[in-house]
Amino acid sequence: MVSSHCGSKVCVPIDISDFQSIVWLSVRVSGAAVVISSLIGIPLGVWCGVSRRLRRVVLPLASTGMALPPVVVGLLLYILLSRSGPLGWLGWLFTPGAMILAQSLLALPFVTAITMHSVGSVPEELGMQVKSLGGSGWQCRWAVLREARPGVLLAVAAAFGRSISEVGAVLIVGGNIQGHTRVLTTAIVLETSKGRFEFALALGGALLVLALLVNLIVLRWQAGRVPG
Amino acid sequence: MNPSALYALSAVEKVHGPAFALRVDEFCIPRGEVFGLLGPTGAGKSTLLRLLAGLEPPDRGVIRFDGRTLVADERSLAARRRMTLVYQRPLLLAGTVRFNVEYGLRLRRVRDAARRAEAILDRLGLLRIARQSARTLSGGQIQLVALARALVIEPDVLLLDEPTVNLDPAYVALVEQAVRDIRQERTLTVVWATHNLHQARRVTGRAALLLDGAVVETAPTRSLFEQPADPRTADFIEGRMIY
Repeated sequence: MVSSHCGSKVCVPIDISDFQSIVWLSVRVSGAAVVISSLIGIPLGVWCGVSRRLRRVVLPLASTGMALPPVVVGLLLYILLSRSGPLGWLGWLFTPGAMILAQSLLALPFVTAITMHSVGSVPEELGMQVKSLGGSGWQCRWAVLREARPGVLLAVAAAFGRSISEVGAVLIVGGNIQGHTRVLTTAIVLETSKGRFEFALALGGALLVLALLVNLIVLRWQAGRVPG
Repeated sequence: MNPSALYALSAVEKVHGPAFALRVDEFCIPRGEVFGLLGPTGAGKSTLLRLLAGLEPPDRGVIRFDGRTLVADERSLAARRRMTLVYQRPLLLAGTVRFNVEYGLRLRRVRDAARRAEAILDRLGLLRIARQSARTLSGGQIQLVALARALVIEPDVLLLDEPTVNLDPAYVALVEQAVRDIRQERTLTVVWATHNLHQARRVTGRAALLLDGAVVETAPTRSLFEQPADPRTADFIEGRMIY
C-alpha cells in the first residue's frame, strides 16, 4: 500500500497489488484480443487484398467496422451472452473471456482493413515476378505479405491501440469486477467517479506507457531488419 | 513441328480485353540458341514471353516445353524452375541487393546461395552495392540486379524482355557479354525480346518478327535482316513501318 500525496495532506492510498492486477489483466485481455483478431484478420486481409474483386466488396465493410461504436458491440454481446441469450450457456458474461471476445470483434476490422490495404498496395506484378524466379503459389503469396509487412505491423499496433483503450464494451460485458474483470480503462472511469484522481492518473499513465511500448516495438520491427 | 525444339507452340491464342494479344499457329524455339523476338511495342512479345515462362496459361492451344505440356500452375513448377524471365520493369523486394540476388536460390532452398550470389554480383560489377538497400538503386542498377538474380539460378532458359532498355551503352555491353560468357560455359537457351535492331543483330542467332500478336516470319537473324521473305519484315527492318 502506497499513500499518494495531495500537497501536505495524505489522500486515499493506492493499492500496489490492485494496480498490478489491473495492468496485468489489461495486458492479458488486450493481448489475447490482438492475437485472435490478427489470426483471423491478417489471413482475411491478405486473401481479400490480393483479389481486386474481393477487395472492392470487403474493404468498405471492414472500413465501416472500424467505426463500430464499442457500446453497441458491448450491448449486443451482453444480449447474446446473458443467461437467457442464445450464447448464455457459455457462461462468459462478466468474465475476461467476454471482454476478449468484445475487444477481438472491435479490433478485427482494423486488422483486416489495414492488412488488406497494405497487401493491395503491393504491385500486382510482384507476385508474378516471384513466380518467374521459381516461386510456388505459397512462396509468391508469402513474398507479397513480406512486402506488405510494415502495413501489417501497423494493423497489429492499431488493433492493440483499439483494444487497450476501449472502455464501453468491456464495461458492459465485463462488469468492472475488482480483481476479476477490472482493466485500466474501466478502473479509470471508476476511480474518477470516486474522486480518486491520483489513482486514475496513475492508471492513465500505465495505459499510455503500454501503448507507447507496443508502438515502439512495432516501429522497431518496421524500420529494422533489412534482410541481407 | 521440329521434335528436337525446346519449345513448341501449337494453335496458341491469348486474349487481352477485346483483342487478341497473341495468335500463333505453329512456332518452335530451338534448344541452345539465342532466339530474338522482334517487333514494335504491343506486338505481343511480352505476352509470348509470359506464356513461355509458364506464368500465364494460353486461352487456347498447347505449349510444350522439352516434350511436356507447360501449364501455369504447380504441376509445371519443376519445369518453371528451369527457366526465368527478366522483366522490362523489374520489381525488387525490400532488402539488400545481395538478398534480392539470392532470392531465387532461397526459393529452391539452395545451400551455397551466398557463394553463388557473390560470384554473379562480381561478374556484373555489383559487389560494391551488394549491401545497399534495393530501394536506393537507380533504374539501370535495378535492371542489372534483376539480371543477376536471374543468372544466379543457372537456368536452362533465360527469357529476356527488353533487359537493356534502361541501361547506358557500357552496361548494355556488360549484359550482352555476360550472356555470351555464360553460354560459353554451359548450354543456355535465350529468348531475347527487343525492338533494338542493332542489338538483335549482335546477340541473336535466330529471330522472329511479331506484328499485332502474330508471327510474321522466323529465320536465322542474318537472313531476316538481309533477305527478309515477308515485305512487312523488310518494312520493319528498314524503318518504313508506321505503327
